[in-house]
Amino acid sequence: MSTHSVGHASAQSARFDEPLTLKSGAVVPAYELVYETYGTLNAARSNAILICHALSGHHHVAGYSDPERVKETLGWWDNMIGPGKPIDTEKFFVVGLNNLGGCHGSTGPSSPNPASGHPWGADFPLVTVEDWVQAQARLADRLGIDAWAAVVGGSLGGMQALQWTIDLPDRVRHAAVIAAAPKLTAENIAFNDVARQAILTDPDFHGGNFYRHHTKPARGLRLARMLGHITYLSDDQMAEKFGRRLKGEGLAYGFGVEFEIESYLRYQGDKFASWFDANTYLLMTKALDYFDPAHATGGSLAAALARATAKFLVVSFSTDWRFSPARSREIVNALVHNGQDVAYAEIASSFGHDSFLMKDEQYHAIVRAYMNRIAV
Amino acid sequence: MTENAIALGRPDFDVISGWVQPNERVLDLGCGDGSLLKLLIATRGVRGWGIEIDNAGVLKAIGNGINVIQSDLEVGLSGFENGEFDHVVLSRTLQTVRHTQRIIEEMLRVGREAVVSFPNFAYWKNRMAVMAGRMPVSEDLPYQWFDTPNIRFFTIADFDALCAAMRIVVRERMVLDDKGNTVKDEQNFLGSLAVYRLARA
Repeated sequence: MSTHSVGHASAQSARFDEPLTLKSGAVVPAYELVYETYGTLNAARSNAILICHALSGHHHVAGYSDPERVKETLGWWDNMIGPGKPIDTEKFFVVGLNNLGGCHGSTGPSSPNPASGHPWGADFPLVTVEDWVQAQARLADRLGIDAWAAVVGGSLGGMQALQWTIDLPDRVRHAAVIAAAPKLTAENIAFNDVARQAILTDPDFHGGNFYRHHTKPARGLRLARMLGHITYLSDDQMAEKFGRRLKGEGLAYGFGVEFEIESYLRYQGDKFASWFDANTYLLMTKALDYFDPAHATGGSLAAALARATAKFLVVSFSTDWRFSPARSREIVNALVHNGQDVAYAEIASSFGHDSFLMKDEQYHAIVRAYMNRIAV
Repeated sequence: MTENAIALGRPDFDVISGWVQPNERVLDLGCGDGSLLKLLIATRGVRGWGIEIDNAGVLKAIGNGINVIQSDLEVGLSGFENGEFDHVVLSRTLQTVRHTQRIIEEMLRVGREAVVSFPNFAYWKNRMAVMAGRMPVSEDLPYQWFDTPNIRFFTIADFDALCAAMRIVVRERMVLDDKGNTVKDEQNFLGSLAVYRLARA
């Protein structure tokens, strides 16, 4: 079996001139979505898979964007998607997009507001998971896809897959909901708010309109990412990878980098702050906080999911404490309660929430086995 | 035995098939690769879910198109509401479960009826083995004492006594010998495998 890359992937863009009314009531007059596709749409248009990204993800899911720098420019889920890989592009036509509000080419806070010509900044409305599903559905229309063979996502991406099955049940045959939760807990929201406060209180934030000041709230974004990053890892993994190891010789008795974990987190924070937009980060965390499909049905997730006709694969990871296996079981139990089809795997993994991005033998075998079942 | 059950080497599957009706909701505890559910779905038209803890079993079950839920048996049941299933099946697994009464009570909480099959340690061949000084190894007890997953050793008579003590109604009991043939008389002596259909009083 070949397990090579989809190769050089290049982004495309779709422009939508019909205004999109958001859940909040705000209207996005027109917008662009950037996306990539891998594999070939079959004649019946029945083999399309939508990949929904998580908080910091984007449309570049598989393959490399720069043939000169293959390793550095691999897509964020390249280990999962490609010829002979668990989501096999020999069988499926895979679509990855950057969501509305993103900062990788789709219309978002850093794009120009047609009303002013300046970046939207603070004026870009908050979007929800429901809004993304609507925007993604328009992209599906544009690509001629009536129904996805599957909508697949991890974390916030898994929430979009879940929302698809509720909002547009006729347009999704399978949903793979990985390392997700049916809603955030108070603790989850608390972490998100501390991250937001780091950005919002950065003097360079300028109320979200930092672009016109030719600066960006890098310190706040860096802190937000450092905090977030801790919640994506597991205690065991951090102990194993860093322990109490020091960067230099002995203690320096100061506030510089002393422990390796400090060095690692600061590096991750700096790297992230250099390429991610602070307003998009704020928006993504709010989309997470607002996600609660059971709210509309009096708190009953089963009642919310009763509309779904898709079959489900739900996957969780043993050391994920951000969205623990128990949260995935809430989804599974609701589906079973409704008499719906669901397979659930709890993967023993030491990588915490980030496990969903890792190459794990059992995890990939499970996804592969499920994807093999999907008729196209 | 039907051809399906022969192919699977599981004569108790035939008995269980006979006790479920089309469109019923069936939960199979310790479903392994999903063989029983696959059979019940194909031949009886049930709606099925299975619980399995083992990675290899879960993977095979997903490959078989089964609604498998990876979980510990007892934890797995706690998330389900009362009476969600018509039948909850525990085939050849009760003897491996530590909290025997709790699992039976949970099965009868989430299910209208519980179906339980287990090897009868009082089967005459097992008695012979013990008389000869060795722990029994057979079709229905295919393990050595040192590698067996079985931790509860009990007989048909023992199980009847437990059901009575727990005020559980035995709606039906089928007993099979080691060839899969039905045993009518002297079941606790001539039966190798027992299959029970249980309900709350």
